[in-house]
Formats: sequence, structure tokens, C-alpha cells
Amino acid sequence: MYAALFYFIAGLTVIGALGVALSTNVVYSAMSLLAALVGASGLYVFLAADFVAVVQILVYVGGILILTLFAILLTHQIAEIQVSNRSVGRLPALGLVVLLGLAMGAAILRAPWHVEPLAAATPTTYGIGDSFLNQYLLPFELASVVLLTALVGAIVLSRKELRE
Amino acid sequence: MSIGLHHFLFVSLLVFLCGLFTVLTRRNAIGVLMGVELILNSANINYIAFSRYGGGGYDGQVFSVFVIMLAAAEAAIGLAIVLGIYRQFETIDVEATDTLRG
Amino acid sequence: MSDPIAVGYLRWIILAPLIGAAINGLLGTRIQKAAGKNAIAAIAIVPVLISFVLALNAFRQLLSLPADHRFLLDSVSRWIHVGHLRVDMAFWVDPLSAVMILVVTGIGGLIHLYSVGYMHEEPSFWRFFAYLNLFMAAMLTLVLGDSLLTLFVGWEGVGLCSYALIGFWYKEWANASAAAKAFLVNRVGDFGFIVGMFALFWGLDQTGQGTLVVREIAQRAHLLDGQLLWGIALPTFITMALFVGATGKSAQIPLYVWLPDAMAGPTPVSALIHAATMVTAGVYMIGRLNFLFSMAPATLHVIATIGVLTAFFAATIGVAQYDIKKVLAYSTVSQLGFMFIAMGVGAYSAGIFHLFTHAFFKACLFLGSGSVIHALHHEQDMRHMGGLRKYMPVTFSTFFVSTLAIAGMPPFAGFFSKDEILWQAFASPHGHWWIWLVGTITAGITAFYMFRQVFMVFFGEYRGAHGGHHDDAHGSHGAHHGHAVHHPHESPGIMTTPLIVLAAGAVLVGFLNVPGGLGGSHRFETWLAPVLEPAHEAPVHEPHGLVKKVEHAAEETLEHAEHDPLEYLLMVISVLVAGGGILLAWLMYVRGKIDPSFFSDAWAGVPYRTIFNKYYVDEIYEAVFVNGALGLSKMLAAFDRVIVDGIVNGVATLTRLVSQADGAFDKYVVDGIVNGVGAVTMWVGARARAVQTGHIYSYLYAIVIGFVVIMFARLL
Repeated sequence: MYAALFYFIAGLTVIGALGVALSTNVVYSAMSLLAALVGASGLYVFLAADFVAVVQILVYVGGILILTLFAILLTHQIAEIQVSNRSVGRLPALGLVVLLGLAMGAAILRAPWHVEPLAAATPTTYGIGDSFLNQYLLPFELASVVLLTALVGAIVLSRKELRE
Repeated sequence: MSIGLHHFLFVSLLVFLCGLFTVLTRRNAIGVLMGVELILNSANINYIAFSRYGGGGYDGQVFSVFVIMLAAAEAAIGLAIVLGIYRQFETIDVEATDTLRG
Repeated sequence: MSDPIAVGYLRWIILAPLIGAAINGLLGTRIQKAAGKNAIAAIAIVPVLISFVLALNAFRQLLSLPADHRFLLDSVSRWIHVGHLRVDMAFWVDPLSAVMILVVTGIGGLIHLYSVGYMHEEPSFWRFFAYLNLFMAAMLTLVLGDSLLTLFVGWEGVGLCSYALIGFWYKEWANASAAAKAFLVNRVGDFGFIVGMFALFWGLDQTGQGTLVVREIAQRAHLLDGQLLWGIALPTFITMALFVGATGKSAQIPLYVWLPDAMAGPTPVSALIHAATMVTAGVYMIGRLNFLFSMAPATLHVIATIGVLTAFFAATIGVAQYDIKKVLAYSTVSQLGFMFIAMGVGAYSAGIFHLFTHAFFKACLFLGSGSVIHALHHEQDMRHMGGLRKYMPVTFSTFFVSTLAIAGMPPFAGFFSKDEILWQAFASPHGHWWIWLVGTITAGITAFYMFRQVFMVFFGEYRGAHGGHHDDAHGSHGAHHGHAVHHPHESPGIMTTPLIVLAAGAVLVGFLNVPGGLGGSHRFETWLAPVLEPAHEAPVHEPHGLVKKVEHAAEETLEHAEHDPLEYLLMVISVLVAGGGILLAWLMYVRGKIDPSFFSDAWAGVPYRTIFNKYYVDEIYEAVFVNGALGLSKMLAAFDRVIVDGIVNGVATLTRLVSQADGAFDKYVVDGIVNGVGAVTMWVGARARAVQTGHIYSYLYAIVIGFVVIMFARLL
């Protein structure tokens, strides 16, 4: 049951990712991305990372994906032009990707991973919050600065010219 | 066979490859950004899988939150740039926008 | 300090106005359309009333307790528990915060009432009251928060509401920029506050006792003694940083510039936020942490100096202003300076007492000026007023009483509070005679410019030819442009009632703290004694000439024993100086015996022009900070252009040079022998140049191919 569920969610993730890669319509790509992101969030639940799973849904699905859809709709005169998702050079790319996949797959199988026995799954929110405010305080603060900069930058970049 | 670290690593690998393929083949800037999101997600799956199986405490999860944060910042800026490019060139095909070509 | 008494109702003092703000803020447009403005007003006023009743209840409960057990605590929930930091959402009432919540809810309630009349023509009536209620909630959080962090939440909240209300008529550019100015200047101060808060926590954490809860800080403050930060005694560092925060919020030198501009907001806002409550937050914060400030005599000297300078300079600016609200704004800055003098000489209860009395008479003055502005249809220039005594008797009498209070005339409230400060400035071990001297002169100037205002507005003949000075801040009231000749009229009862109550306060509240020398018993100071250290117990830092005698006197003051005749002498002097100011104003503006131009033209008009232009401080800030920031960003852009681009171009040039050199080497040195090698070099050069295509894909493929190669090299 556990394994079946895992394979279902993993399949959802991978099929979603394939959809992003192969779909000819960028709106379908975005929808496939949704499946992949939700699937990844399910994988996090399998890995006992409840907080990250929720953040994944909130930020990715609720934020980034919506933003992407907006951008798609804003950059196409929907009625006139077909929503294009042109791909070129699929063959060399495919070859390259397969090669890389083989190499990395081999690496995964060969590497002597250090695996510890699984601990019981416990809520992680407190621990993550604690890490943010203790061990990772500086990255955390920098991250907020980055977000602020991104926010301001996005506004500046996407507004129409105000002056003159 | 019970579900172990390898399973997650392979899922992550597949997601990564799909993302890479998307980035390599798409000519639509938004499509490229979606590929980048996939790549970031595959990295995140790795982080969390290692944090779960490697006994690293919360470090992996903390970093995956940072990655999500950066992805959000990247998406905001990236899409704003895409809009800007669109206004400038009336297209978001990344090959057409090579004005800065050296 | 003993264990707190747990109560459950303090949270509702904050929640009630918050709920009011939420209802009006979220549903205001619909309610206003469906049920009219009175419904909005009721939704806004009832919560404030509830808060006031609860505040009275807390006060009553405190009174029923013995003096050193007066301490109520309402723990709402756990908030932040990280590392050694333990902060809860908890609200407390002790004698100091009890005084503050009574002022905030009481005067706030009156101003809400007044606003119903003042704003009745405003289309977005609901928005105004939503902001006003939100402000009340934030201010009460500031006052009731039991930790510095909770206090800071309120501190930022009031800043936000102040911003929203200054820019209430945001369609006018001037208002919007005044709001932005207030917000930005406050940020500078808030930075200091945050640094102080962090340093405080850090210092206590060094000893394993880190906390931000005020009552725990009070118990552990002694642990900070002897700690150093960058070579500065830690208590001094913390208190200086916190004081920077206080100068921002309470409009002291050098961060006072936002307050006069803040007068762009509606007048009730000026009364509530920029006179009676928010701007006193800095004073309150110092009072709250007085035990820390007492540990840092150097900071106290700075505070007293800044306070007296602010009081003096703001008062001199007030002399030359013609806008009725600007005069009051500078007088607020000046009076806040007096409060800081009191804090700086360690006479905390005197400062809080002045805060208390000032809230009454200044709110009354602002509301009175609002009544005048309302009657004259948004005329604010005093040169177009005059003779309003006949038309607006209630406004005139309340305004006059409050002016007497601010001028420090006995037996009005301002006399008792200001005189206490001046006496402490002279007699406290942290004080100095020059602070007293400048303070007394400032009191005289205050009396002069306040009576100048009264005489210009209410005496003489009505000069309102009414050309229509509608340019100032009231865009939404454009409907009034049609009025040609118009007789000023008294404001409606809903506006005059708060005026009367506040004026009564301005007369009476002074008697709460009659000094022993006048047969009183210092009731207010006794009430605050469990929270605030009396000045004379603070360690003597720099004894000066009078110190022995003075210390003696200060002790006796508190024990209501026999009094130093000096105190009476100083009292008489300050009353005489204030009377002199009034007399001068009367001679100049009522009798016309002295032409004002006698002063404005003195010394070629330089002093007059300087104060008329507010010492050019805005211009200096513009030149230094605004242009400085612009210059810095230009510099960074130049850096980017010259250095960064230079590096990039340099690398490209270098690459070209290297391949040229390489080519030359091939051509001339190995020429003919290894033509093949030369051809390869040429080929690589050509390919290498092709790499810089501007095409993302070329780069991308290069990366991926490189990665694949590395992976295979490693694996095979």
C-alpha cells in the first residue's frame, strides 16, 4: 500500500515533468507543472517534511504557478496567435539528456550513500523555525533582503514607464 | 523492495532531466522558466531525501525552504523581465532577442 | 515587584478598537451607503468607549491594591519562543500604563466624537474612522505590551496609521509626500530602537538571562553593568540607541522635521496622533525603561541637551509661523522637548506628568484650531483671521484657557507640570542651571507665540476677505469654493463638547500634582513612584556647585517638608517671564504699540528670515541626505559602468590579445614548421569567438556538455 502510493505520487511527479518538457501548448505545460509540483509536495510528505510540503503548495502552486499563468496570458494576444511553445533541436538535446541521465543514474547506484535508520516522523515546523532563527539567521535575513529586492525589482521592471 | 533513498533520487533525476530538456529545447521564455522550476524542485527532493535518510536534522529542509524562496524571487523577476521583453520585442522567443549579441 | 494579578479583560481594550477598525475598514463603503455616516461613527466610537470603560476598570482595580502590588497582567498566548528568546502576547497595566491608557482612550474618545462633526462632509468617512480605530488599537498595544517586542509592534502600528492619516487626502501631492516623509524619518528612529532592543537582549543573554519582557529587564538590568560593546558601556549604548528611536517618534532634534509637515492630515488627527498620543510614545518608552536610563548618566545628559535645544529652537520657529496649525505643531515639538528635559534630568514622573497635562491642553488647542478652520472653510492662514471671539465664543474661551495652560500661567495645568520640570532641571543631580535658564526663556517664548496666535485669530477685526486659500490639503472639500462673503459661525455641539471637556481638563488636571511647596501632596508622582525612580535617588554623576544644597532640597521636596525658598523664587521668575511674553504679544498684536516689523527687520532681517525658514533644516537635509543618496547611487552606477564593465571588457580584450599573441607566435616563430598547429589555433580562436554569440543556448549547451564530460570522466 505504502509502496503503491509512493509509485503513484512519483509517477504523477514524473509524468507532470514530462508534460512540461514535451507539451506543445505552453498552457498545458503550466498545467503539467502543477501536477509535478503537487507530486513533489506529496514526496515531501513521504519524507516526513510536512512544513516544506505545505510551503511547496503555498508558494509554488499558490504563487509561482499563478504568476506563470498570468505571464502566459499577458504575453499572448490569445485570440489571434496560437499559444506557441516552439521547441527546436530536440534530438541533440535528447541525446545529451540521455547521456547525462545515464551518467547520473550510474552515480546514484554506485555512490556509497550514508544512510541512517529512519527516525519516527515528527512535526518539523518548530525545528525549522528554530534553525532559521539560530543557526541560519544570517541566510534567513539575507533571504528576506533578496525577496524585498526581487519585489521592488519586479515592480520596477514590469510597470509601464511612469515619467514623461 | 521497500521504498528507500534510491527511489527518491531516481524520481529527482527524472524530474531534473525533464527540466533540463525543457530548458534546452524551449524557445518560449516562460517555458524555459518552467524548466528551471523543475530543476529546482528536483534539487529540493534530493535535499529532503538526504535530510530524511542521512539523519542531518533540519538542515536539508531549511535549505529547501531557501530554494523555494529563491525560486519565488526568480519567478517574480524572471516573469517581470519576460513582460519587459515582450513589450520591447513583441515576442518572448529567447532566440529572437539577441540584440546584445557580441 | 510582586507577582502580577492575572486578569482577562486587558486584551479587550485593544481588541475592541481593532474590531471596529476591521468592520469599518472591510465593510465601510457598504455600511456608509446602506446606513449612513452615523452608523460608521457609532461603529467607531462604541469600541473606544468600551476601551475607556475597561481602562477605568483597570485603574479602579489598581487603586484598590496596595501601592507596590499595582500590577495586572493578561497573558493572551505564547508568541515567539526561539532559542533563549521568550516573548508572549501579554498585556500589563501598572501605574504608568494606567495613566497612558486613560489618556489615550479618554482623549481619543473625545477626538472621535469631534471628528464626527469635523469630517461630516468627507466622502470616505468610513476610511477615516477605520484608520482612527486602528490607530487606537496600535497605540494601546504600544502602551500595554509587556515586552519591548510587543511595544514595538504597537510602535510600528502607530507609525503606519500616522502615515495613512497624514496622507488621508492622498490625491494632493503635498500630503502624500508629507506622509512619506514622516514614514521615512520614523524609519531612521526605528532603526535605533531595533538596535537598542537587540543590544539589550544580547547583553542580558551574555549572562544567560536574555529577555525582552520589561518587568524582567527591570529585575536583571544590573547584570548589564560593566559590560562593554565596542568600547562603550553597554547601558549607554542601549539607551542611546533607544533614544534615537525616541527622537524619531517624538520629533526631537534631529528627526523632528516630519512633524510640522504632518499637519497636512485632518486636524483631529493632528490633535490625537501628532499632539496627544503617538508623539509621546518616545517619552513613554523612556519612562517605561527608566531604570536602564538611570544606569547611563551620559545618555541622560544627551537627552536633556537634545530636549532643551529642541524646546528652544522649535519655540523660536513657532514665533514666525502664520499657519495656525504650524504654530501648534512647533509648539508640540517644543513641549515634547520639555518632556525630554524632564527625562534627561532623571525627573521621570515630571516628564510623564507634563505628557499628561500636555495631552489635554494641546488636544484642546488643536481641536480649537480645527473648529476655526472648519468655520472659515479651510482657511489656515492667521493673517486672514481675527475677531473670531465674537463669532465663536465657545471655541474662543476653550482655546484661551488652553493657551493659558500651555503658557504656564497658574493655576492652569501647564503651570504645575512645566514648573516641576524647570525646578527639576535646576535641582536634580542630573540637571544644570543652564538647562533651567534656556527652559525658562523657552517658556517665555512659548507664552509669546501662543498669545500671538490667540490675538491674531480671536482679537481685532475679522480680516477674512475670503479669497479662497483652498490650496492646502483639502482637495476633497472643493465644494466650498463658491462661498463669496461668509460669516464665521460657531461649530456644532458635537465639536464644542469635546472642546469644553478638554478645556476643563486643562484647568483641573494640574491639581493632581501640586508640589509640596504650594501645599499639595504630589499625588501624581506618588502614584507613579512604584514604577519610576524619583530623580534624587539616581547616582550623582557630576556634582556642580549647588549639588549639596540641591540634593537636600530635592529630598525634602518629596518628603513634603520645609522648602527651599529657591523653588518659590524660580516659580515666580518663570511666571514673570511667561507674563512678559504675554504682555509683549499683547502690545504687538492688540494694542499695536510695538510694530512686529521692529523685530522682523532687526539686524537686516537675518534672524527673522532664519527662523521663518525654520533654520533651513529641510533644505540642509535635502542637500545632505537626499542628494547624498542620489550621488551615491550615481557613484554606484559609475562603478558598475567603469569597473565592472571594464573587467568584463578587459577579460575579452585579454583573451583577444592572448590569441593574437598565440597567433603571432605561430606565425613568426613556428611558421612553416608546424603549420598544422597554427591552423588548430586559428580554428580554436574562430570557435572561441563564436562562443560569444549572445545566444543563451550556446552557453547552455556548453555547460551541459561540459557537465556530461566531467561526469563520464569521473565515472569511467
